[in-house]
Amino acid sequence: MSTDTEPTRADLAARVDELEARVAELDDGDDDPPKLSLIATKGTLDMAYPPLILASTAAAFGYEVTVFHTFWGLDILHEERSKNLKLSAVGNPNLPVPNAVGSLPGMDRLTTRMLRKKIADNDTATIQELVETGLEMGVEFQACQMTVDLFGYDEADFYDGVTTGVGAATAIRDMADADIQLLV
Amino acid sequence: MTEHDVTETLDVRGENCPMPVVKTSQRVDGLVAGDVLEVLATDPGSMTDLAGWAETTDGVELVDQDDGEDVYTHYVRKVAE
Repeated sequence: MSTDTEPTRADLAARVDELEARVAELDDGDDDPPKLSLIATKGTLDMAYPPLILASTAAAFGYEVTVFHTFWGLDILHEERSKNLKLSAVGNPNLPVPNAVGSLPGMDRLTTRMLRKKIADNDTATIQELVETGLEMGVEFQACQMTVDLFGYDEADFYDGVTTGVGAATAIRDMADADIQLLV
Repeated sequence: MTEHDVTETLDVRGENCPMPVVKTSQRVDGLVAGDVLEVLATDPGSMTDLAGWAETTDGVELVDQDDGEDVYTHYVRKVAE
């Protein structure tokens, strides 16, 4: 709706003050470090790597990183179980094992041994090393409390420094604050 | 042989992604502005990864990279943020 009255100088000055205040607010935000929020949902040996590699690398780039571990992703933070993560012999058509053979007893153990050997031969860091490095670099690894209860885990089962007692609301808050959000 | 005034050396030979970048960043944290960290790596990906890291991260500057026979040498300077 148009009006015939021109804004007064005082109106314009007030408007300029208001905009300057908003720009100053935006500038303040620039000093905050960028944030990465990851959700880790998988606990197989292959799927445990991407969130850990991204988390430690982002920390190296100066990001504040949170990783919310839920369902089998929680096994990555479980000190004992993290050393025994397995690669499934079925459901991955890139493996040299047909699904019918992969479903036989002992096949997961075989494919896991195959991948572990590749990891060792290639000097790729272990899951344990990556979790410990992430913790050293200030990555906040969060253990979904609902999953902790569901699986009957104990707080003491996790690596020292893991954040417990958090739920989906924490993950949502972190994602809302973050510059990058990824679910793995 | 060292043309750069190296303050410290980090040996990540034999280590793979993401360790060269991650360990470089950890070591640089302990340096003061002006210090130069020499990084010895065997991971060919470290050439691109360390350059990308240094370009994007405040407080560090890639001085030089040497694509040697078996070892990739990187020189990273800590600068004031």
